[in-house]
Amino acid sequence: MIEVFNLLIEGFAVALQWQNLLLVVAGCVAGLFIGAMPGLGSVNGVAILLPLTFLVPPTGAIIFLGALYYGAMYGGAISSIMLGIPGASTAVATTFDGRPMALKGDADRALVAAASASFVGGTISVVLFTLFAPPLADVALKFGPPEEFTLMILAFATFVGLGSDDIPKTLFSIMIGLAMSTVGLDIVSGQPRLIFFDLPGFYHGINFLVLAIGIYGIGEMLWVIEQSKGKMVISKAEVSVRRILDTIKQLKGSIRQMLMGSFLGYFVGILPAAGATPGSLMAYGVAKTMDREPETFGRGNIKGVVAPEAANNAASTGSMLPMLTLGIPGSPTTAILLGGMVIWGLEPGPRLFVDHKDFVWGLIASLYAANLFALLINIAFIPAFIAVLRMPFTILAPVIYVLCVVGGYAPTKDMHDVWLMLIFGVVGYLMRKLDYPLAPAVLAIVLGPLAEASMRQSLIMNQGGFDIFVTRPISGTILVIAIVLLVWPMIKAMNKRRTAKA
Amino acid sequence: MRLAELIMAVVMACFSAYLMWKSAELPVGWIKGSGPGGGAFPFWLGAGMLLCCAWIIVRWARRLSPPSQSTEAYMDRRSLQLFLIGAGSLTVMIGLIHILGVYVSVPLYLIFYLRWIGHHAWPLTGGVGLLTPVVTFFFFEIGLKIELPKGLAGKHFLNELIYYPLYDIFL
Repeated sequence: MIEVFNLLIEGFAVALQWQNLLLVVAGCVAGLFIGAMPGLGSVNGVAILLPLTFLVPPTGAIIFLGALYYGAMYGGAISSIMLGIPGASTAVATTFDGRPMALKGDADRALVAAASASFVGGTISVVLFTLFAPPLADVALKFGPPEEFTLMILAFATFVGLGSDDIPKTLFSIMIGLAMSTVGLDIVSGQPRLIFFDLPGFYHGINFLVLAIGIYGIGEMLWVIEQSKGKMVISKAEVSVRRILDTIKQLKGSIRQMLMGSFLGYFVGILPAAGATPGSLMAYGVAKTMDREPETFGRGNIKGVVAPEAANNAASTGSMLPMLTLGIPGSPTTAILLGGMVIWGLEPGPRLFVDHKDFVWGLIASLYAANLFALLINIAFIPAFIAVLRMPFTILAPVIYVLCVVGGYAPTKDMHDVWLMLIFGVVGYLMRKLDYPLAPAVLAIVLGPLAEASMRQSLIMNQGGFDIFVTRPISGTILVIAIVLLVWPMIKAMNKRRTAKA
Repeated sequence: MRLAELIMAVVMACFSAYLMWKSAELPVGWIKGSGPGGGAFPFWLGAGMLLCCAWIIVRWARRLSPPSQSTEAYMDRRSLQLFLIGAGSLTVMIGLIHILGVYVSVPLYLIFYLRWIGHHAWPLTGGVGLLTPVVTFFFFEIGLKIELPKGLAGKHFLNELIYYPLYDIFL
């Protein structure tokens, strides 16, 4: 315990260096802006801006992106409340009561409540993170290739088990992501593999950023432009110090919802694939059921804003726990962060806690700082963020496209990748319209090389027998959970059809 | 929407089969002493993808998935127009990078998009069109020391005329 405390203090020494503090502030501001734009969230921001972080050392880069992640969670509430359009899927639940509050003329109260709840959710979850991460990393240090592989199977299984998407389409998305990660040179024999049409650009493999920027940059913009064909109505918000203080006093009545949202969000966030969206929706549901007057929800109840906002921030921290300790991301955003760490030359997983203490603890400490700055900047500049909502897509879209193109070029300096990114963006958009989930593919391309390596190592260890995944106690248990998660939704769907027929 | 779902599944099935065939260029079985062959992992993934496509088609035929029940158009006229403008202009811009380089095709693209699609005033259009490449240049070329493509135009005259003198000043 004392050791953790000492490490955290050392982390603060890193986080509070002026360059890093500046990066925290820059990350929060960028995140708030991106989060506030309708349709764009943390995952888009992290994907599009990751290539720009090559300017600073890895610790600074992840501090910036971590702060951006937080900022976007705060910012998402702004467009949910002011436009009634969620800033990102993570802020969907915030529209349920945030929008009615805005329509009643209480937009400022809703914004302040959302920001304060985000702060509480963020802070509680970082404390939980600080306590849970070191012991989990200790356990994970004992994992061998079979455990690593089954853990990845578990991560993919949660997509099927917890996602509400079409099962074969989810499985397809996972497998196409994994298949794309195998393009390039075979890791064992060094032979060229899957060099489509003999194009030399495929020899260096498909960089995960090419897929991530294609889907979350180009594909997302095509999607958002199509979705926002209709006119948007922006609510008015008058902000004054008196009303802010007044709202904060009022929040005393919803402390229970904040705490519930924070804990629930954190634990849901830890699960791979679950992330902040289901976390915030669940928190909203629980807050409503727990309340003495559930009928007031959906009509502008402040508790309906507080619970999901606390949960989505807590979940974003939660999803970093498996990313840092196990090397398995808990959300699409952390999948991209994980890919970034590989580019920066850091091997994600439990060894980070041993080999790169300053990196890990610097990041954790900077999350505390990011939380505080995001709150202050958010409340102080509410009018500026509302102005962002008025920015027409005809300015935003081309600038984002340009960022995607130069950002997609930078990591490999190959125009081949820019074309590939365009193809991924366009095909991804066309698939998304048919309900193919795309996040599993991004997670899969990041985990693909690790999954293949650990599977092949395990098989070599056991002379080709697949029983090694079952006979080792930890990997066996993980595998059973994964299979249950995979099979469960299929049984549920079959039962549903049977009862529908009867 | 129904037809679109079927077409997408069939296209993806073809891609999966192609992937399997392509993976089989490397050994897909067990190699004594070194484990599974290099093609094994992608080969079986391709097989799994093909199975998923078959499953999607079965669900389509039984009208179980939402798109297979939908009577809406996959893309209405307006959506198609927006998609073609967005994706088309981007394709032209990336194509022009090969000829004119980033620093010429990007401003051209921004001016086209802001002025003709967004109908924004000239000062704003010009401002965004000029500022973006300048910021990009300083960030990537000077800050990150990553050379962005200059195209044929750069090779033949712009390098000597503009870029090299700028490098001399700032690097």
